[in-house]
Amino acid sequence: MLARTALAAITRRPAAFLRSSWPWRSLAYLLCSAVHAVAACVTIYAAYAYGVGLATAGAVLAVAVLTLPAAAFERWRLRLVDRAPAGDPHVKPPRPGVRAWLATRLREQATWRELGFTVVAVSVLWLMDLGMVSSALWLPLLLMSGPFQPSMTPVDGLPLFAAGLLLIPLFAYLVAAWAGCRALITRAVLAPGDAEIIRSRARLVDAFEAERRRIERDLHDGAQQRLVSLSMKLGLARLDLPPGSPAEAQLAEAHEEAKRALAELRELIRGVHPQVLTDRGLGAAVHDVAGRSPVPVDVDVSLPGRLPAPIEVTAYYVVSEAMANIAKHSRARRGFVYGRLHDGALVLEVGDDGVGGADPAAGSGLSGLADRVAVTDGVLTLSSPPGGPTSLRVEIPCPRSE
Amino acid sequence: MPPLRIALAEDGVLLREGLAGLLDRFGHEVVASVGDGESLVAAVAEHTPDIVVADVRMPPAFTDEGLRAALTLRAAHPGLAVLVLSQYVEQTYAAELLDSDGGAGIGYLLKDRIGDVREFVDAVERVAEGHTVVDPEVVRQLLSRRRGPLSRLTPREREVLGLVAEGRSNAAIARLLVVTEAAVAKHIASILTKLDLPPAGDDHRRVLAVLTFLRG
Repeated sequence: MLARTALAAITRRPAAFLRSSWPWRSLAYLLCSAVHAVAACVTIYAAYAYGVGLATAGAVLAVAVLTLPAAAFERWRLRLVDRAPAGDPHVKPPRPGVRAWLATRLREQATWRELGFTVVAVSVLWLMDLGMVSSALWLPLLLMSGPFQPSMTPVDGLPLFAAGLLLIPLFAYLVAAWAGCRALITRAVLAPGDAEIIRSRARLVDAFEAERRRIERDLHDGAQQRLVSLSMKLGLARLDLPPGSPAEAQLAEAHEEAKRALAELRELIRGVHPQVLTDRGLGAAVHDVAGRSPVPVDVDVSLPGRLPAPIEVTAYYVVSEAMANIAKHSRARRGFVYGRLHDGALVLEVGDDGVGGADPAAGSGLSGLADRVAVTDGVLTLSSPPGGPTSLRVEIPCPRSE
Repeated sequence: MPPLRIALAEDGVLLREGLAGLLDRFGHEVVASVGDGESLVAAVAEHTPDIVVADVRMPPAFTDEGLRAALTLRAAHPGLAVLVLSQYVEQTYAAELLDSDGGAGIGYLLKDRIGDVREFVDAVERVAEGHTVVDPEVVRQLLSRRRGPLSRLTPREREVLGLVAEGRSNAAIARLLVVTEAAVAKHIASILTKLDLPPAGDDHRRVLAVLTFLRG
């Protein structure tokens, strides 16, 4: 399989890595920083020739004008060490024309990130790039120059030449490693594509949630109303029949059946989307889940007002899943739920005094929960040593909202 | 009992008509039959019914308009009996209702209970008389949550406590458990002692004391 990046290539077999184009690509990638070096040198020269003030003004102007092309150049050279395309993070201006273009660019976070990166690249990064190349090469090249030194006979110089030659592959690793790291930084700042993937996953989760609400509403308005109606009609019909008659017994059976169906449907609907969560928020919903748990659960959830809906829903699923696990696997005598808004994050902890040993890898709902939490930029941690106790902790960044 | 004048709020037409027919059959008069919270508030002002029977969830937002309308009505008309029906029991809703005006003349039942027509009409009548009626499901949840003194009760006493919390009279409990009323009274005295609750003369105050204890 082809390596995707220079960093990944390093981990291949040495022979494969050294024969591949990756060392050369990495070298070329770093040498591209010569452009920045020239820019920096021109600025320093200008400071000497025309004074610091004028040179600074020129440099600021140049950075402002060249930020976008410089960032495009960085994304282009990224292709040398990273096969995945680096997408342009800029949006298209809504209208044609210079004004609209400028307004869009100035409002974009991407533009300001690029400005910052360009400043760092021109002032510092090129030094590190070229410095890394030269420090990787100076020793091998010095050794290899042995036979050509006037003070040395070719016979004395040859072993030095050989040693230098042998060192080159070693330093190829250094060059590729730094090139790979620099590419990672560049991608993170100039082409943050991963963020887009997370956002699209969040959209998907939101869409699922909207769909669940629709299904809940349909069941509530449709099947549930009809079943209540049916049960009522059966109840009324029973009044008209002599108690104990065969017909009444049949009807009573049908009536019980209808009531059971209604109870089952109610549980089903609650699983699809809990109404109390929409109406009264996370605190109330957690109390209601805890109230239904066969294991007694202490609830200590205190939240100021309502949280954004996606966070409430995610937190709710975490609590219900954790409760279900406590009831099913923990053999606990007691559980607890703790919830607070702390430093701009929702902190939820669900635990029990059971047997522990919960394993997220064992295909439980836990890994699914972790995925859901990740979509909200949250973190889920589980502590469940064999013998217990088990504690599940979730932190979700949470802007306050009413 | 004299016929009750009832205001009915339920957005499902099928169920609303059914309920009206049911109450009519037991000799009560449905003076207003509406499909949303706002019309309910208007209808109560116009007809001054004895009791309001309302669904929790109604248009326009289909969240808890019925409950909010009920709370508004309780605040505007102290003593107005309100029976709220819900597809699900949520302790939060029950608590909000019980906290309104001391919980007298309050009922909170699952919609499923409509199917047991006699018991349902009985609940409507008891709420109209100023009693408190709470769905067995809510009581079950409350019982499972509270610990401490409850562990001192015998299984039979827990059963009786549950029925008391639902708002049943001694006679009704005796009938349901197939025991004598004297036996029920003895159980209740024992429960109140074990839970450190004062002996209460009338059924109604007893229910509220027990519910307050369970929610505490």
